[in-house]
Formats: sequence, structure tokens, C-alpha cells
Amino acid sequence: MESVFGLVGKDFAIVVADSSAVHSILLHKTNEDKIMLLDSHKLMGASGETGDRAQFTEYIQKNVALYQFRNGIPLTTAAAANFTRGELATALRKNPYMVNIILAGYDKETGPSLYFIDYIASLHKLDKAAFGYGSYFALSMMDRHYQRDMTVEEAVNLVDKVIMEIRSRLVVAPPNFVIKIVDKDGAREYAWRESIKDAPVIAS
Amino acid sequence: MSASQSVKKIIEINPYMLGTMAGGAADCQFWHRNLGVKCRLHELANKRRISVTGASKLLANILYSYRGMGLSVGTMIAGWDEKGPGLYYVDSEGGRLKGTRFSVGSGSPYAYGVLDSGYRYDMSVEEAAELARRAIYHATFRDGASGGVASVYHVGPNGWTKLSGDDVGELHYKYYPVEAEVVEQEMAELPVT
Repeated sequence: MESVFGLVGKDFAIVVADSSAVHSILLHKTNEDKIMLLDSHKLMGASGETGDRAQFTEYIQKNVALYQFRNGIPLTTAAAANFTRGELATALRKNPYMVNIILAGYDKETGPSLYFIDYIASLHKLDKAAFGYGSYFALSMMDRHYQRDMTVEEAVNLVDKVIMEIRSRLVVAPPNFVIKIVDKDGAREYAWRESIKDAPVIAS
Repeated sequence: MSASQSVKKIIEINPYMLGTMAGGAADCQFWHRNLGVKCRLHELANKRRISVTGASKLLANILYSYRGMGLSVGTMIAGWDEKGPGLYYVDSEGGRLKGTRFSVGSGSPYAYGVLDSGYRYDMSVEEAAELARRAIYHATFRDGASGGVASVYHVGPNGWTKLSGDDVGELHYKYYPVEAEVVEQEMAELPVT
């Protein structure tokens, strides 16, 4: 099951997800990016059924972009989170999306924030959150070592500790992870943590 | 790109794009044909060929809209566009993955084993074709639900060409020829006394 977790630091938020694309016992891909850039200052890490994950997060991304086109200003992180929860809730009793989401963003006025949205459309604004089997390790480790206003270095250290714990203790542990960060300069990929490298692609 | 069984498992969407079939044959045939139609409409509307990214997205979106209704499709879309070669895995659960190699179907884990151990991005066409053929052969050997013909296609800048279509039974004896048995003792008639 897919692991996604995230935490808020001093003036930034970080989201981490595993990068395996799994079908029953087969690992189709080890470098699948599950953290989508919703807009310049928002990250949405998602775990769940493959089709639902890609399609639902893209749907949210396009609607966030549409809002910006129509109104000339971007949505706040809180607004995007509530919109997402609303879409999940509306679909829940008919055609539910099996996606769990960690939405992190940076707003000029309010700073960094992180939202936990699960597949049955519950929404919580939190400092740290995790989904998947990895959450069993991630949550307690983050509870133990998290401080308010951590620096990027301290946060990445904690993230690495969690990744190592997932790798060593989870029976079908994902080999690779992607780390993305969002701060006043925007949302971007921070690093990959790979223990299996796919065959290198030589640029043609 | 290879497939097995005497049923045509490689569907020619258009002269530069191919789709493979796994899962429900009818679903795959129908929706690939439908994809071909959509690709042609795109060409007519935009005066340029559709990209492999676009074609695979069209198919993935259609399949996603039918999720939970029992479609069974596991397919790879392979083609050549302005960005070079493209390979996408698309299935009826709405999943869509871009990659450099995939294996789909009941025999897919067996094929992955052979494919992964022999793969390099800079292989020659002959090496790649033989690797694909071998992967299909070994999957067919172990998987009861696979069999028939191993078809190998090549997709290049000028479109696809069929490289070979070998019966897997014949491939077996080509890879593992029967050796003459060493006869230790032959039964012979007892001499009549």
C-alpha cells in the first residue's frame, strides 16, 4: 500500500511519497511521481487506486487553474483543500474516489500549511500527517521528533529517518521515494531517495 | 513489442502506433479501434499527428469513465511521435504509466524476469527483438494461459513493421534442440539355442 506523509516546518512544508506503481504482485514502475504540483505554491501528494489517484488530482489541479484564470488570483491553500474535500464528499455516496490526499501549500499571508484529506472526505489542518502502511512508522516517529519551526535540514533528516524505518520494517517496502517542498519561492521537487534505479535513459 | 496466441494480439491503431491486447479480447479490440478513430479525427482537426502521450491519455480517460462496469483491458500503447519513441501502459482501472518497458497479462511476471535481466536502453533492434521473443517464449513455457505465436513488431520513426511471428512450440526446439540420446543398452533378441 502506498505511503505518503508530510510535515510543516518554519516557512515551508514538505511532502514525501513512495514512487512505486503496483498491480497485485507486480511492480510496474519504481519512479512514479505521486506528488502533483497543484499550482506554483501548492503540493498535493496522493495515495490510493491508480486510476482514481491520477484522474482526481488532475481534476483538482485543472479546477484550481480555472479559478485562477477566471478570477485573476490564486486560491488559498485552505480554499483548495476545502474544494477538494467537497468534491470527494459529493462523489462519496455515489461513485467514491479511493484517494487519500496530503495537501501542502504556502500562502503569503498565513505561511505554510498542511491538510489531511482522506478518501471518505474528512479534512484536518495539521502539522504532520501520513497515509498508507508507512504511516504506522511515520506517525509515531514524527510525533516523537517533530518540533515547531524546524529548518529544512532538520525536516529532511526526519524524513530520511522515516524512509529508512519504512524500508527496514515494512514487509513489502517501496524501494524509492520522492520528496517535494513548498515555501515562499514556490513548490518544487527537493530530492529522490532511490534504492533501486531503473535502467538509465540516455537522451536521444 | 510482442504478443502470443494465434489471435491477433497486436492491434494496429494507425501506421505509427500499435496497441497490445491483454484481458478481454473484445474490449481491447473495440476500444483500440475506437482509439484509432479518435486519433484520425485529431489529425483531421489539428492537421498533425496525435502524440503517443495524447493517444494513451484518450484511451485512459475512456477506460476510466467505465470504471467499475466490468471492462477488462490491459494494454500498452507504443508509437513514435515528435518526441521520439513512446510507450504507455493503460488499463481498465484507469491506470496510465509511462515507461521504457512493460509486461502485461497472466504470464507477465515470467516475462518481466527475462526482460529485466537482458534489457539496456541502447540495445540494437535485433537484440531487442530477440529479447522480446525470448521473454514471450519463457512466459509461455511457464504460464498455462499463454501460447501460440510470438509476434514481434518494431516501431521506428517511419512507423511500425512486423519483424517476425514464430510459433512458440518451434521456438522451444530452436532454443533447446533435442540431443541424440546416448544408448547404454539396447534390447536384443536372445540368441536361439
